[in-house]
Amino acid sequence: MRNPLSDAVVNIKPSGIRKFFDIVSEMKDAISLGVGEPDFDTPWHVREEAIYTLERGKTVYTSNAGLMELREEICKYLKRRFNLTYDYKKEVMLTVGGSEAIDIALRAMVNPGEEVIIPEPCYVSYLPCVQLTYGKPVIIQLKEENQFRLTKEELLEAVTDKTKVLILPFPNNPTGAVMTREDLEDIARVCIEKDIFVISDEIYAELSYIGKRHVSIGEIPGMKERTVVINGFSKSYAMTGWRLGYACAPENILSQMLKIHQFAIMCAPTTSQYAAVDALKNGDEDVEKMCQSYNQRRRFVLNAFKEMGVECFEPFGAFYTFPNIKKFGLTSEEFAGRFLQEEKVAVVPGTAFGDCGEGYLRISYAYSIENLKEALGRMARFVKKLEAEGQSKC
Amino acid sequence: MIELSELRKQILALIEKNSRIDLKELAVLLGATEAEIANEVAQMEKENIISGYHTLINWENTSEEKVTAMIEVMVTPQRGVGFDKIAQRIYNFSEVKAIYLMSGGYDFLIMLEEKTMRAVSQFVSEKLSTLDEVRGTATHFVLKKYKDHGTVLSDIKQDERMLVTP
Repeated sequence: MRNPLSDAVVNIKPSGIRKFFDIVSEMKDAISLGVGEPDFDTPWHVREEAIYTLERGKTVYTSNAGLMELREEICKYLKRRFNLTYDYKKEVMLTVGGSEAIDIALRAMVNPGEEVIIPEPCYVSYLPCVQLTYGKPVIIQLKEENQFRLTKEELLEAVTDKTKVLILPFPNNPTGAVMTREDLEDIARVCIEKDIFVISDEIYAELSYIGKRHVSIGEIPGMKERTVVINGFSKSYAMTGWRLGYACAPENILSQMLKIHQFAIMCAPTTSQYAAVDALKNGDEDVEKMCQSYNQRRRFVLNAFKEMGVECFEPFGAFYTFPNIKKFGLTSEEFAGRFLQEEKVAVVPGTAFGDCGEGYLRISYAYSIENLKEALGRMARFVKKLEAEGQSKC
Repeated sequence: MIELSELRKQILALIEKNSRIDLKELAVLLGATEAEIANEVAQMEKENIISGYHTLINWENTSEEKVTAMIEVMVTPQRGVGFDKIAQRIYNFSEVKAIYLMSGGYDFLIMLEEKTMRAVSQFVSEKLSTLDEVRGTATHFVLKKYKDHGTVLSDIKQDERMLVTP
């Protein structure tokens, strides 16, 4: 029999921490600081709206790009929150979570052999999605000394004449890093000069705790025409299970993305789309409340690290911290493994998000203060134990 | 009327949900110093913005007998002192947990907590209805409390998320 498989798929490395995740999922009594989704319920008025549309039998396909009303609300929202201007008829489409948008944006833009720059540590799906296009991933290893922001020097160093796309994942999962307007202007200049396109994954846009608000690179003059902005409802409205994201791009790119979406997906879930209309119309206050709560937890976690003597740069976005554990002399996976075995707390090793995540952990604060207290209390105890071990060795 | 600062709003939002939170933790969560927080809290106590630090008890999970009644009261307000004087005569009874002046079909809504139904009816017939200003009452008994002070009493929510997700 011939090999039934595609080389591109076979060549995707299974996530290096799959093993670790499997151990975690078998630990029934473990608590966790390891999730990448909000602990809040979807606001009730949003769920209620979904139920109402189900009752009325609004359960058929929507147009490929998504409900017109929803696209209109998205454009209004992007204007009011981030000063982004998109035409709801031609430049916005609803996707199955931000993840689908990442996939189809790459597939619409990358030819075999063209290079896609991926700053790591980052979300786990960019690399495999690039590999599926037969494009060539080029990794930039972001540095803690730059607060895990992408600098123009780092970008210039990675650019070649084959560079086609830069993936810009800020506010960042797993580091919590954000890019300021000045940072983005630097990056924008390089992109324009070198004729590079940007896929800006802004799924955490609402969760930004510095300055007035998150800044999208799409807002920088000259960038809209070369940028795909990806956002969604999962993180800002606590709607992960609804699987609803969206992409905004100039028509020439978006229409091609829509083609893939049309044939692979048809349309994003209808019920979720109706719920999202309500979220955008009536959810600003919910978002603000959740954001305020995350910010309080962020301070709580950072303070706990300080008290237990664990270094961590101050993250200003998403709901993650990325503490540096190099001084304990364990790899990220060893630390996470022992922490799980000895204290029954699950955290994600930094290496899950790229090789340069070695020496770091991703600790999420999408938990109630009570949960954080318990888990961080165990971490303090564990760290003390490691320090005692270190001393006895000397 | 006192205009609330952003810090005060946030302090109030937190202690309204958890009055046992200590000053140090408040300071950490809000990115302020402990002294600032202590000062604001003390000030708000003095200004009667913070009027108490009560505990929400779910009596239905105990064998204690408790009867809660909501009583609508219609009254004849008195010249000069309006409703306030009558309200005072009513709220001085310790069994009155709350009393509100209402718009609409009646004047006061009283929340009464007693050990037995008989005690409630005694209160209404002997103490409340006998007040000169009271023109009529309607008593409603609470059968079950689902949610109180913004807290759902019936179930404890489980975290259904997977332990780790990327």
